[in-house]
Amino acid sequence: MSEATKAVVKDVTTMASPVSLKFRARAGKDLSRFLRGMKERRIVGRVCPSCNYVYVPPRGACPTCGCPMGDERVLPETGTITTFCIVNIPFEGQKLKPPYVCASVLLDGADVALFHLVGGCDVNEVRMGMRVRAEWVDEADAELSLETIRYFVPTGEPDRPLAQIREHI
Amino acid sequence: MSTFNTSREEIAIVSFVELSPAEASQLDEIETIQTIVSRATDGAGIARDRIGFTVSGSCDMLVGRPFSWIMAMDGAGVSKPIEESHVEMDGAWALYEAWVRLQHGDIDAALIYCFGANAAEDLMQVLALQLDPYYLAPTGINAAEVAALQASAMLASGATERQFAEVAVRAGLAVSVEAALAEPYLHRPLRASDLPRFSDGAAAMVIARGDYARSVCARPAWIQSMAHIADGHSLGARDLSKSPSLEKAARLAGVGAKATQIVEVHAPFGPQEVIALEALKQAGLSADAKVNPSGGTRAAQSVMVAGLAAIGRAASAIHRGEASRTVGHASSGPALQHNLIAVLEERS
Repeated sequence: MSEATKAVVKDVTTMASPVSLKFRARAGKDLSRFLRGMKERRIVGRVCPSCNYVYVPPRGACPTCGCPMGDERVLPETGTITTFCIVNIPFEGQKLKPPYVCASVLLDGADVALFHLVGGCDVNEVRMGMRVRAEWVDEADAELSLETIRYFVPTGEPDRPLAQIREHI
Repeated sequence: MSTFNTSREEIAIVSFVELSPAEASQLDEIETIQTIVSRATDGAGIARDRIGFTVSGSCDMLVGRPFSWIMAMDGAGVSKPIEESHVEMDGAWALYEAWVRLQHGDIDAALIYCFGANAAEDLMQVLALQLDPYYLAPTGINAAEVAALQASAMLASGATERQFAEVAVRAGLAVSVEAALAEPYLHRPLRASDLPRFSDGAAAMVIARGDYARSVCARPAWIQSMAHIADGHSLGARDLSKSPSLEKAARLAGVGAKATQIVEVHAPFGPQEVIALEALKQAGLSADAKVNPSGGTRAAQSVMVAGLAAIGRAASAIHRGEASRTVGHASSGPALQHNLIAVLEERS
């Protein structure tokens, strides 16, 4: 290696190589139904015609049966927290200030939980089995987005026993 | 012929389906997979419970979402749990894994599927991300420009633009050689008719062993052999005008051992088809083999699907009784770097 090359190699220890790509996501037929429901502040799921499981958001196929989904089902805005975590760590792109709670919410009548935020209470009050309801944004602000539900807030009802939600965790 | 590349068990392609670009463009990944998997299994009279292994091929960079194939798996019906694998590659390599798995001899059939829902605004730029991140990717070169470098190397070693134009006509991308040659250059020496027309797509295939294969398919396309080889990654480290890996894979697979009626070549860019056919010829491919009678995959190229589609179409020709021996080729990586060959035969 020449002296000139050595000098260059010595100085170059890292290299920035920024990459930027643009994508256009396609929601597909089933998620599109759900997102249109969100714009009307309704929660739309679908029922598997084979095992009768109610999926929300609806998906293109039942993962248990591998068949296309059947009837649409509008779900209530109330549900039960099955599992949750308290986010204490800041990270890039974070929209909320920690600490806050992410939870799996099993809507009444649904068989799979919806993943969303929990608000309206101290993070330390959140627990498995806790009853919650959707807190919507104003009608004028409703979008084709899950963020039309701002977060879930406690209803104050008694907790559901774990035995009743265990299968859905 | 290497014994590693020959089927030890009797294994055949018994079912193959592709989704049309028009249909694929309406569906998300799960809906896509649900549709093709049910057509390739239920639609072909193949019981799901006879499938002992499922393997998929796709690339997150096309969708722009990490682990997109995990979500998509819902469409294949995965609970109760199935034995499952994935390659971040064209479905042809998923087929290779399934073929190796079936040689264990303990399961009857394997399902392969792949999808190429393309959400990227500039696919040529996405494809360039497979270049090495230190020397090539930072230059900003895109996939079409890499292919243009390769075409230039071909011209420098004796190929002609007329050859490229003939390939474009065969792919249905130009009405005549003269019309192709009259097009302006897009990436010199490449013209629009040398470039793929990208589309959404998906494909599914079932391979099966021995008697089970015979029971579900009147004319199984027996996999005589399969082999895949890669050339060095760096574009500067190899002669871009040739494909030693393809020639070697074709020799390992025994392409020249018998007369072949049909060859389906997967060359994303037109001039690469010239390279691929030359390599296959060197490995003993019959001079009168029909090239891409299916029309090839370039006119509606779905990335991660086109390679399996080429092999699937070579199998379909046997299913339909149009040929008794066919060769399917799949490629991967920049400038035809990685090549896979499948030799398919009818057996009485």
